[in-house]
Amino acid sequence: MRWGWQAIRLWTVLVYGFMFLPVAVVVLLSFNASQFGAFPMTGFSLRWFVELAQNDAIMRAFRTSIVLGLLTAAISTTLGVLASLALVRYRVPGANAISTLLIAPILVPEVVLAVALLLFLNFLGLHKSFALLLFGHVIFTLPFVILVVQARLIAIRRDVEEAAMSLGASPVQAFFQITLPLMLPAVLAGALFAFTISFDDITGTLFWKPGGVETVPTQIFAMLRNSISPEINALGTVMIVMTVGLPLLGAAIARHLARKSGT
Amino acid sequence: MSSVVLDNIVKRFGSFTAVHPTSLEIPEGTFLTLLGPSGCGKTTNLRMIAGLLDPTEGEILIGGRRVNDVPIHKRNLGIVFQNYALFPHKSVADNVAFGLKYRDVPKSEIAGRVQAALDLVQLPDVGGRYPRELSGGQQQRIALARAIVIEPDVLLLDEPLSALDANLREDMRVELKRIQDKIGVTTVFVTHDQSEALAMSDRIVVMSAGRVEQVGTPEEVYNRPASEFVANFLGASNILESRCTDTGRDAVQLDVPVFGAVPVPVDKAPEVRPGPAKLVLRAEKLLLLAEDAEAPGMVTAPAVVETVDYQGQTVRYFIRAGDRQLQAINMIDGHPFAKGTQVTAAFRPRDCAGLPGA
Repeated sequence: MRWGWQAIRLWTVLVYGFMFLPVAVVVLLSFNASQFGAFPMTGFSLRWFVELAQNDAIMRAFRTSIVLGLLTAAISTTLGVLASLALVRYRVPGANAISTLLIAPILVPEVVLAVALLLFLNFLGLHKSFALLLFGHVIFTLPFVILVVQARLIAIRRDVEEAAMSLGASPVQAFFQITLPLMLPAVLAGALFAFTISFDDITGTLFWKPGGVETVPTQIFAMLRNSISPEINALGTVMIVMTVGLPLLGAAIARHLARKSGT
Repeated sequence: MSSVVLDNIVKRFGSFTAVHPTSLEIPEGTFLTLLGPSGCGKTTNLRMIAGLLDPTEGEILIGGRRVNDVPIHKRNLGIVFQNYALFPHKSVADNVAFGLKYRDVPKSEIAGRVQAALDLVQLPDVGGRYPRELSGGQQQRIALARAIVIEPDVLLLDEPLSALDANLREDMRVELKRIQDKIGVTTVFVTHDQSEALAMSDRIVVMSAGRVEQVGTPEEVYNRPASEFVANFLGASNILESRCTDTGRDAVQLDVPVFGAVPVPVDKAPEVRPGPAKLVLRAEKLLLLAEDAEAPGMVTAPAVVETVDYQGQTVRYFIRAGDRQLQAINMIDGHPFAKGTQVTAAFRPRDCAGLPGA
């Protein structure tokens, strides 16, 4: 029995190693002083990060990604909160069907969704644009927001809202004074999900982006076609920090808020 | 303070009728209890008065004004909910002050009124704390303070004691009544607990299946139940099929199997007419005596003890008299009767009530 457990431990280490070593290598090599992104390392340097900051194409892609991510987060969160409120707090005919439809983009393979939206817009005679790209990102980040916010909203008792209204708050005042503060951790978590997913996305973005617009992932993809520059390692490291760091930060904020509100 | 009038209100949910036509008048300053089992429509009535539900038919008047179309936040009501419904993200003081913000109360006055409300519920020092730091009983007191600080026209209490422990519940019951007496606000209290209803109310409305069964003072509904349902819901009663043989000026003669003739006072059997009738005999009014004991002025019958349910101060017996099983709750004098003992079951006719038979 003992060697069995040892074997499982070893296997676990191997699996995690297989998953995370490549990431570790990218991060490590981004600090390599050498021209070539390969071992052995010749010394510690931040020059690839500096070059990254001086590369216009990359900085443009960065700005695009951040603007796209922020807009996606703002729109998705607003729509998601409103949809959750409608589905949880009001009797909507066909609420289950609507809920399933809104969640569906998670279940459909992204490529299919990407092609479908493109064909649909072609059919309507619309051209690719930044707005279309944003639209696409909203569609597949919305389910995450709805799932998180809905779960929270169900846990907020209806009687606290009723109490607020009985004391003189109008329904809108009761929402901003009571419901929104109580669901804020979930709203923030949903917004963070939306931002990170949008920031990370490549499949849909490749289909939907208009010519000349690059996001960070599509920029990396384009650069990889030419050569493996050490700059890419640096860019990868920045991406990792953002996409791992932001949710961790968000979780910490949400925990803090939840502790404050005692729920 | 205002009176509340329900004028033929009806509430339907789809094809289900939760409240059948109901009319009630609640005079200013009254403590009125809606009492009944779950699903009897008592909470639906309360929520219609509150404005959380719209009546399907009928009118609701508060202080003489029709409020059917007035939304909840403009009705000036204080509501206390079963699960307190305090705002978890606001301090106790902010919870209590919440309603004052919507009432043009000058900022300088708010703190004073909040403190006065906290004093009234005997929790003067918790203003800076958060609801989660308080016990259930304390949270319910804060919920009460929050509801009364706005000087509501009507105070609505939706099973406010049922989430509390048994001991605490009795303390809160006394406390709640004390506060209501002090501020004199018209109060509608919803409960399924008969002892709460009997202890606190000026008037009790007993409800069953969306209908009002009886309205009266606690003494009236307890001693003169208007229906079999009321007799059984308020305490344990024995309902004995009988025949009315004569209705006199003072007493109604009921012929009860095994026990014989029982002259029930007319005011306790106002509806009984000659023919089939029912005798309502409360379990605590049915006395068990030794087999050969004398019981002057009482109606008696021989019986056998079948089950003994010992409860310390009292004991509950199930006895068999003839072919009927009866329930008797007696104080213990010495030792309780053992199972199988031959006893004399006795009661006074004036402790009974009569209902018309089916």
